[in-house]
Amino acid sequence: MLADRDRIFTNLYGQHDPGLAGARARGDWDGTAAMLARGRDAIIEEIKQSGLRGRGGAGFPTGMKWSFMPKKSDGRPAYLVVNADESEPGTCKDRDIMRHDPHKLVEGCLLASFAMGAHACYIYIRGEFYNEAVALDRAIDEAYEAGLIGKDACGSGWAFDLYVHRGAGAYICGEETALLESLEGKKGMPRLKPPFPAAVGLYGCPTTVNNVESIAVTPTIMRRGAAWFSAIGRPKNTGTKLFCISGHVNKPCNVEEELGIPLRELIDTYCGGVRGGWDNLLAVIPGGSSVPLLPKSICDTVLMDFDSLRDVKSGLGTAAVIVMDKSTDIVKAIWRLAKFYKHESCGQCTPCREGTGWMMRVMGRMVQGRADVAEIDVLEQVTRQVEGHTICALGDAAAWPIQGLIRHFRPEMEARIAEYKQRVGVPVLPGSLPIAAE
Amino acid sequence: MTETNSSNGVQPESFAWDAESEAAIGRVVAKYPPGKQASGVIPLLYIVQNQMGRQTGSAWIPRAAMDAVAHRLGMAPIRVYEVATFYLMFNTKPIGKWHLQVCTTTPCWLRGSDAVVEACKAATGIGAFGETSEDGLFTMTEVECLGACVNAPVLQVNDDFYEDLDADSTRQLLDALRRDAPPRPGSVTGRQTSAPAGGPTTLTTLQNLGPPPPDAVQPPRER
Repeated sequence: MLADRDRIFTNLYGQHDPGLAGARARGDWDGTAAMLARGRDAIIEEIKQSGLRGRGGAGFPTGMKWSFMPKKSDGRPAYLVVNADESEPGTCKDRDIMRHDPHKLVEGCLLASFAMGAHACYIYIRGEFYNEAVALDRAIDEAYEAGLIGKDACGSGWAFDLYVHRGAGAYICGEETALLESLEGKKGMPRLKPPFPAAVGLYGCPTTVNNVESIAVTPTIMRRGAAWFSAIGRPKNTGTKLFCISGHVNKPCNVEEELGIPLRELIDTYCGGVRGGWDNLLAVIPGGSSVPLLPKSICDTVLMDFDSLRDVKSGLGTAAVIVMDKSTDIVKAIWRLAKFYKHESCGQCTPCREGTGWMMRVMGRMVQGRADVAEIDVLEQVTRQVEGHTICALGDAAAWPIQGLIRHFRPEMEARIAEYKQRVGVPVLPGSLPIAAE
Repeated sequence: MTETNSSNGVQPESFAWDAESEAAIGRVVAKYPPGKQASGVIPLLYIVQNQMGRQTGSAWIPRAAMDAVAHRLGMAPIRVYEVATFYLMFNTKPIGKWHLQVCTTTPCWLRGSDAVVEACKAATGIGAFGETSEDGLFTMTEVECLGACVNAPVLQVNDDFYEDLDADSTRQLLDALRRDAPPRPGSVTGRQTSAPAGGPTTLTTLQNLGPPPPDAVQPPRER
């Protein structure tokens, strides 16, 4: 169990002043000028050494990402863009950082921007987080007023401007290139890569897009050292992580723990256990809606980190743990995610635009059992035809939950189909059916 | 503001920025580099929506206002229409005074969002998502994950989140809105934000974490 002294987000629950005075009491903005004085290469090296992997879902090493930015400007400005479009179902950690510990993010924006040669940074926050945007703006105003950012940030001679930009309700804008399109004033439709944002990003300039949590932990890593951070967690899965545990637990909550904590310990220690006890557990989605679910048998022993969850064909994602007990209609739970992806597909790529609707409709029939057993395989095949065939990962994200359901709960789907046949008769299936039931 | 029957019966013929909006536009445009003012399109659409809310009690974006945004930012009107219709939070038709945005995505559904939906319907007379109550007070919209999942189920009313709801507390909330007395946003059970019910079990051994938060003076409603 992580000791309180090793927790980074010491105002996670907002019991203390989120403003500058409170932030300073918690150690923020302490020695920032000296950290900048170490130079950009030293900052990037420290972050590389810490083993920090991106906290937004993909888990790409943060220090390495920063090192992709051009060392010398060709005349174009460089930008840091912080992805605060927190919309992955199950995920609500960045919200707490922005409303309760915003100065960690502001200080991190300065350090990361300096390390990448950026004089300006935009924080793209989802539109629904209105109050969080207000809290962030207040922290930024305080930082300007105290000379921590602005023309001469912390007396370092580095000019740094920080802006908040609100989105307006589109999950796809959490995809980094869709986010850049949106920030430029367009529809949030992902761009083909390459070129990658580090070469051609915001306004055609070198840009790095990082998650809120990734940026907000960097000042503490710089202060306490890469060795401290990398000693927490497991090899290649280092450091602390904010976990969001929702669904059928007795006490849903956010908590900061070390990567690699056993899933069962996370739920039993912090959430008062699964509703009705551990044996009442049906399945867990361990990393936000996009990752495949895990049945109880795997949940019994699995560790919560990038590599452990990949090994069981799921993923850490955003570390949003959605718990489902045995009362759950698991097919309906996944159908609702299929509906989510259908709603959020931007419509640019055919496999995703058509596939998400098709998958949702077939899943809708699977909920009723109004299907043929052979259609389970057809559904699986269609998920494979969407996965990997689109510009961005939304197609993959729509496919994976259904693949996980089929992998682990196929008998449940088959039983439902058999039950329907017995109760209603052989169903009328598409082909003879003009429109599948929504 | 004059109304016309030309379109769908509610589209005003013109739109003019008021002083409050003008001031807000000035602050927005300063955020982006010269020549990149198109970045201001989402902020300006919010400014329109707020002004409509102030002036008419219905926060929506008429076509004439989209044209005004295009004119102000030097964009083709179609680029503004695209953005206004792509993003869910822009209302392209009039809505009620209280916009009930019910999250029904899986984490909220697991915790009982169906009961929240039913309570909203029963209390407002609204029959389905997208409808406005006959008295014009409420519009109910189904929204996808609001990002407050450990406090599910969640209902966003205009800009504020109400969390940890059930049928009873939803009914009470709507009663309060009807009385024009919106309660303080956040958990309706009195829980400390995203901490487990009953209070935090971590961060309990640390000292000197700063003063308590300033008692929630509501921030100015500038978006």
